[in-house]
Amino acid sequence: MSVRVQIPTPLRRFTDENGEVEVEAGTVEEALRALTERHPDLARHLYDDAGRLRSFVNVFLGDEDVRHLDGPATAVSPGDCLLIIPSIAGGLGAPAAGESRR
Amino acid sequence: MSLLILTHRHRVAIERHAAATYPEECCGVLIGRAHPERREVLIEQVLPARNEREEARENRFVIAPEVVLAATRQARSAGLDVVGYYHSHPDHPAEPSDFDREHAWPGLSYVIVAVEKGEPGAVRSWRLADDRSRFEEEGLEEPRAATRPARSVERSARG
Repeated sequence: MSVRVQIPTPLRRFTDENGEVEVEAGTVEEALRALTERHPDLARHLYDDAGRLRSFVNVFLGDEDVRHLDGPATAVSPGDCLLIIPSIAGGLGAPAAGESRR
Repeated sequence: MSLLILTHRHRVAIERHAAATYPEECCGVLIGRAHPERREVLIEQVLPARNEREEARENRFVIAPEVVLAATRQARSAGLDVVGYYHSHPDHPAEPSDFDREHAWPGLSYVIVAVEKGEPGAVRSWRLADDRSRFEEEGLEEPRAATRPARSVERSARG
């Protein structure tokens, strides 16, 4: 089914400056995979080297973070709109106690 | 090299936020206009945000996605956009860490302010390379008369 994925402004350089991309998908994960298949240069900014969605990348279905739904397996319906919203994280180089460097 | 244009008033606001949160890291959202044809970004608003980390706020910060979403909607309602973020480095240089790089996106300005023993120091701005391999520093200047922001309003970024 056809769903829309809204592209955050800083990543539009990888989607030919399109702010919204329509893809065929049944779940959130399928929608993101379809998006990165169409725009491969986007992939490294959404996924890490192991192919996992980067921890700071969040996907909203409407106003709901899909982590509060079924995560990547969240079903999407025709006409749904997915938003890619980052958490903004960072800090000093030294890891906190008990925290991995990543 | 690209250029971030930041008024003195906004720079002071960032420095004061950094000093007020020391020894913890402060963070906030930068709203403005990008002019890619001139390789310039003009900051119109500085929105202080809450560091959402439950611990380790001395060397880590998080701005929740709900805050980012709200700031984005607020910016766009004013014909602007989120163009970057700022945070502080308590007792460390204003240079991005590997952790900063791993959590960044290209196409944004990342302003870092060094705070030494509670006193703000260097303020520097960085942009992530498209291949994610490194940050590249961008120039940081006050506006010339022809490029002064239309308005300069500070509010807090809330989720």
